[in-house]
Amino acid sequence: MKLSKAWIVVLLVVIALISLRAMTGQGMGRVYVKAAPQTVEISADAATGTEAKTIRWMEWHAVPPKDYTAAQAADPAQTSIQMSWARTIGLWMAAFFTLAIFSFMYRDNPGYRVAEAVIIGVSAAYWMVIGFWDTIVPKLLGGLTPAFVREHILPTQIDQSFTQNIAMWCALALGIMLLMRLSSKGAWISLWPLAFIIGVTAGLKIVSHVESDLLAQSVATFKPLAAVQRDASGAFDLMPTIWKSLANILVVVGVLCCLVYFFFSVEHKGLVGRGARVGIWYLMITFGAAFGFTVMGRVALLAARMEFLFDDWLWLIDPAGKRAVDVAAMIVGI
Amino acid sequence: MDGYGGIQVSGFVRFLESLDRRWIYLAMAIAVAGPIIYIGLTGKTLPETATPAAQAVFDAIEELPSGGHVLFSFDFDPASGGELIPMATSIVRQCAARGHKMVFIALWPLGAQLVDETIKRVITADYPHMKEGVDYINFGYQAGNEAVMKVMLTDFAKAFPNSSNGTPTTQIPVVHGVTRASDFPLLVTISAGYPGAKEWIQYVVSSSGGRIKMVTGCTGVQTPQLYPYYPTQLTGMLGAIKGAAEYESIVNDAICKAHPGTTTPAKYLEAQRRMGPQLGAHLLMVVLIILGNIAFFAQKRAAAGAKS
Amino acid sequence: MKRMIPMWIAIVAGFAMLFSAFFPVTESLGEIFGDMFNVVAAIAFILGAGSLAKINLAKVSRRDPGWGYAAVTLACFALTLAAGLGKIGAAPNPKFAALAWSGDERAEGALFGWIYESALVPITSTMFALLAFYVASAAFRAFRAKNIDAILLLSTAFIVLLGRTFAGVVLTGWFPDWASGLRLENFSVYIMQVFNTAGNRAIIIGIALGVAATSLRILLGVDRSWMGTGGSK
Repeated sequence: MKLSKAWIVVLLVVIALISLRAMTGQGMGRVYVKAAPQTVEISADAATGTEAKTIRWMEWHAVPPKDYTAAQAADPAQTSIQMSWARTIGLWMAAFFTLAIFSFMYRDNPGYRVAEAVIIGVSAAYWMVIGFWDTIVPKLLGGLTPAFVREHILPTQIDQSFTQNIAMWCALALGIMLLMRLSSKGAWISLWPLAFIIGVTAGLKIVSHVESDLLAQSVATFKPLAAVQRDASGAFDLMPTIWKSLANILVVVGVLCCLVYFFFSVEHKGLVGRGARVGIWYLMITFGAAFGFTVMGRVALLAARMEFLFDDWLWLIDPAGKRAVDVAAMIVGI
Repeated sequence: MDGYGGIQVSGFVRFLESLDRRWIYLAMAIAVAGPIIYIGLTGKTLPETATPAAQAVFDAIEELPSGGHVLFSFDFDPASGGELIPMATSIVRQCAARGHKMVFIALWPLGAQLVDETIKRVITADYPHMKEGVDYINFGYQAGNEAVMKVMLTDFAKAFPNSSNGTPTTQIPVVHGVTRASDFPLLVTISAGYPGAKEWIQYVVSSSGGRIKMVTGCTGVQTPQLYPYYPTQLTGMLGAIKGAAEYESIVNDAICKAHPGTTTPAKYLEAQRRMGPQLGAHLLMVVLIILGNIAFFAQKRAAAGAKS
Repeated sequence: MKRMIPMWIAIVAGFAMLFSAFFPVTESLGEIFGDMFNVVAAIAFILGAGSLAKINLAKVSRRDPGWGYAAVTLACFALTLAAGLGKIGAAPNPKFAALAWSGDERAEGALFGWIYESALVPITSTMFALLAFYVASAAFRAFRAKNIDAILLLSTAFIVLLGRTFAGVVLTGWFPDWASGLRLENFSVYIMQVFNTAGNRAIIIGIALGVAATSLRILLGVDRSWMGTGGSK
């Protein structure tokens, strides 16, 4: 109960600060856009029956708020730079989702559940759309009906060879078989496209893994155990020689010991057992390093999200100089 | 002193044992948010010294004769932009300053947009004399992961028949003379996962028989996994935000030295700014580990005392 | 028959890819199979989406607990799909402005791009960022120097965490030149280049051996476990 009260206080303080921020200086969380009118002249082409025409449309590009301030100062009636309601709503949505996900740290709540539901729906559709426009249209439709793709989507689509055409029909057939998985009766036939996927993956991976990871990595391991280092004048340099040689020895020993640990066909006793033990030590150091770097990566992402909240949403900081007046700096007098 | 298992342990240890996890979360939030606000207000950053892997990236780009072709693969999306966008910005900046020809591709769907943003942020803003199609080009996203890499090894134009704005590859001056991936003396991949740096090594660098030099900027999670490839299969590497900050500082120093009197714009200090929150978070982690172990050993001693 | 045909499909597809790496004449075959693979993989997204829709529709129609969230999922799915497939709000490509579908659905101003920026990016990156908090809590509760293995893991994490920030320079920057290798920022690099390289290299070699062995078993038709129960010989 005591804890809950403390957290309510924290929450209230945060809400109060955000409200204060919204009412201070330039306010917060708005996106401005600049109009960029586009015009394209289409010339007549008798061969394709195209008539001459002019196509116009408007594009709106995001600009920093200081551009809006400058444009308003120059001409208060200007409309070329204006606030975008759609993008401002998008910014507030992004802030809401960020806070909703963070709120899970306190406990599960409807805000987090909504964000979770949104991400499931959006990401499923996102990958479907990407697959459709980037693979199915240029490769499948472009192979089966190149004229249609040229006429409506990409005029530079080239005709494919007969073999490629056949291949795309086969891919379509395999794709339809894959969709049969949704039906209880025809599910067995989805094994065929699965077999194709497994076969291609196996064929693709075997060469690259053997060439790049097995052979090249083995070669890279076996370096001279006494690595003589020389300074700029060509004279023998003792300390670097010791460090480099030690490094080479430690790498060879480490790789061999770790491989011994991975080798389960022999019981880990005696010399093998001692080697495996050293292998475990190396792996522990490896995991410790991986832990350190994972922390670093996640903190960088957290910092990026917080920068989004403080900079783009709250307008509390302005390291990139996007706004005309840095309100926070003005308040604290720095 | 409170009782514990029949033996006394200090109130502090009891406090540590019963500490609610949410206070730790709050401490982490403050450790990250505090430096962000401080650096955001003051603009101060911490000094950086380059590690050999980051220096190797700089040297690989610097050693390439001016006008050399560099192939960029943006294999990430905005979700990992916190670590990778500063790397992409600085590498493109160094290449532009050196006058290299830049060819951009993306094997992640959103990578193409990040290419556009990077071009706008660096080339259009600070190197306006560079012309699209002549000095740089964006080929956009191509689906197919490793399959695209394999095709590029034999026929670049087949893998990327058009640029992102629809111009046929054969009509783009910047790629005249480029027929396959090995015609690029340097490959730069900004990598967040699959497909990324590992696949480029497996399918392109290894298959090219050492003709292609590759450098990468990768996430913290990938860095330890890519170290075994450095420096034999991977010429240089920017690991996590620290690698980005080190590299950013070398590039900024080199450009300031070449143009005395100029100051570095804030957009080229993004990684160095992020090292502040890193410091706060890492110190907190170290303190938490120490406190956790103090509680553990106190408890262990108390349990041993109770037994005896 | 239901098992023989898939087995042969896997063998033919696998060997086609394998040969394409060794014989230049079969390179194009490898490319064609690669394209087919991509198309089938793209169609698999439809399968995933269909499955998602089926489950959530059932939840909504049965009014299961939490059906409101299922409805949100379905609504977001439908909206994103319509925005992306219809390229709603996408400006045309200036080079092919006359074509109806020449625009990029991900470009600035398109509804699909807006959904990506406003929902997908903040949610996914914040979910990844949450791990920073959980790791901190786990470090406090579970990182115990119980034995030599744990001490090695812990001390490496310590050195990397301190050595990769300015803290390393502050704490050990005063070490004399002859001991510069022990400065945290240098020592963390040494750990990465020596111990981490050795450990990860062994893992990479182990994985490569495993991939090669499994791939060979599939290509030779020995491993059929991927077909489901009773497939393995």
